[in-house]
Amino acid sequence: MPEISVKELANRIPDGAKVAIPPSRSGVALAATRALIGRKARNLHLVAIPTSGIQADMLIGAGCVAVMECAGVTLDEHGQAGRFVEAVKAGSITLRDSTCPALVSGLQAGEKGIPFMPMRGLIGSDLLKYRPDYRVIDNPMSDGPDPIVLLPAITPDIALFHAPLADRHGNVWIGTMRELMTMAHAARQTFVTVEEITDADLMWDELRAPATIPALYVTAIAQAPHGTWPLGLQGCHEPDNTELARYARASKNADDFASWIARTANGKNG
Amino acid sequence: MNCKPQELLIFTIARMLEGIEHVAVGVSSPIPGSAALLQRSLSGGTTQVTVLNSRNLQTLNDGAGELFDRAAQGRIGAFFLSGGQIDGKANINLVGIGDYPRHHVRWSGSFGSAMLYYLVPRVILFREEHTRRTLVDQVDFISAPGTSPPEIYRPGGPYALVTGRCVFMFDRAKARFVLTSIHPGHRLDEIRENTGFAFDLANNIIETPLPDDATLTLLRGPIAQEIADPYPAFAQ
Repeated sequence: MPEISVKELANRIPDGAKVAIPPSRSGVALAATRALIGRKARNLHLVAIPTSGIQADMLIGAGCVAVMECAGVTLDEHGQAGRFVEAVKAGSITLRDSTCPALVSGLQAGEKGIPFMPMRGLIGSDLLKYRPDYRVIDNPMSDGPDPIVLLPAITPDIALFHAPLADRHGNVWIGTMRELMTMAHAARQTFVTVEEITDADLMWDELRAPATIPALYVTAIAQAPHGTWPLGLQGCHEPDNTELARYARASKNADDFASWIARTANGKNG
Repeated sequence: MNCKPQELLIFTIARMLEGIEHVAVGVSSPIPGSAALLQRSLSGGTTQVTVLNSRNLQTLNDGAGELFDRAAQGRIGAFFLSGGQIDGKANINLVGIGDYPRHHVRWSGSFGSAMLYYLVPRVILFREEHTRRTLVDQVDFISAPGTSPPEIYRPGGPYALVTGRCVFMFDRAKARFVLTSIHPGHRLDEIRENTGFAFDLANNIIETPLPDDATLTLLRGPIAQEIADPYPAFAQ
């Protein structure tokens, strides 16, 4: 298993890539995000599975994003994601608004290698109106009229996330963050940063194995302790709410945002 | 004991959850979350509660899709939604004000609303701010519609709208809100003045009942502690 540096990992995510990212509670690779900003990544198509927060906001603020596909971008208890809001108002990113289960279902279609997934809901919403790629058909299994939405498969070029533990073979333990498994299954390449790398084999550990992404799906791993900072990581680190509140304030304008990015470029211990 | 306005809201919402087997609570919902926990406690545990983004109050473990799968199966009895704008037909807008996509006000996004609003039988709309800014005649963007034509599969939808001033129940057949109770200290003319949509009046509009001392003690003790896990800032 190639074990690489965070910087190298960011270098291997090319400009223009469609990158799947997890919600703020589920192992957000913020050390790698800082490295992407550091290498001036451009034209990324972010697909939040199904929402994002500080990660999308940082990448948008730093000019790395062309397309944002999501069911929401929020700093949760800290308020609005300022750079996201600004970019939407300015029209500087292409927005693909959706709803959480549509993104999850689309990703599951990608995982299964099928062209689409049907889903209830959406009909009569303006979300559907602005998503020409979402189609309505009449349920062919029904005797009566039954319109239902079809969601195209989402096949990310890259899944990017942070996990608590990997082993030397490249197996990655994700605990209860199951959406990371779907992301890895659906994406063409999966890059993972981890807190720790163990010499044990996670696939041979009966307790760990069911919550382990097999190395087969994992392109490369970089060790990044506190790699989600200032977000937390379940079972490992609490969120740094003081720093998240500082970010929320800084994200309200471009200058304060740039200062925050510069000040935190080296992460928690920088 | 003096009941604080937020405690009245929690108690009011909790009473709407009677008999529900599984209540789910989404992001940014500390008051509905507290209400769900209060109902769980009052039900002796027959009402199960899932609070998303929580460790202690998480009952699901199969990733971001599991809640939606359960909702699609009809196994989530109640859920809460809100809106930057809510209109008289119970359409909700979580996206923004002005023309899409370059709104002059942009909010976070629609989250799970465009599915859960259709599938969860008892969706309680909650918006503390009750003004003509939030309760409008017509939303600028429909994240999820309040009602659907008969050919659309829709076992779920809006049940009530709870605000800082009053409670409206939703009449799905008429697609209109009905004012049923007014919180202590508020008046009908004030509600009319601050509501951007037309609504009906119940035959018997009551003053929203206050929780008793035992309920308040429960709310300020164990419930406040439990809600601190997903919502630390709210609990403070």
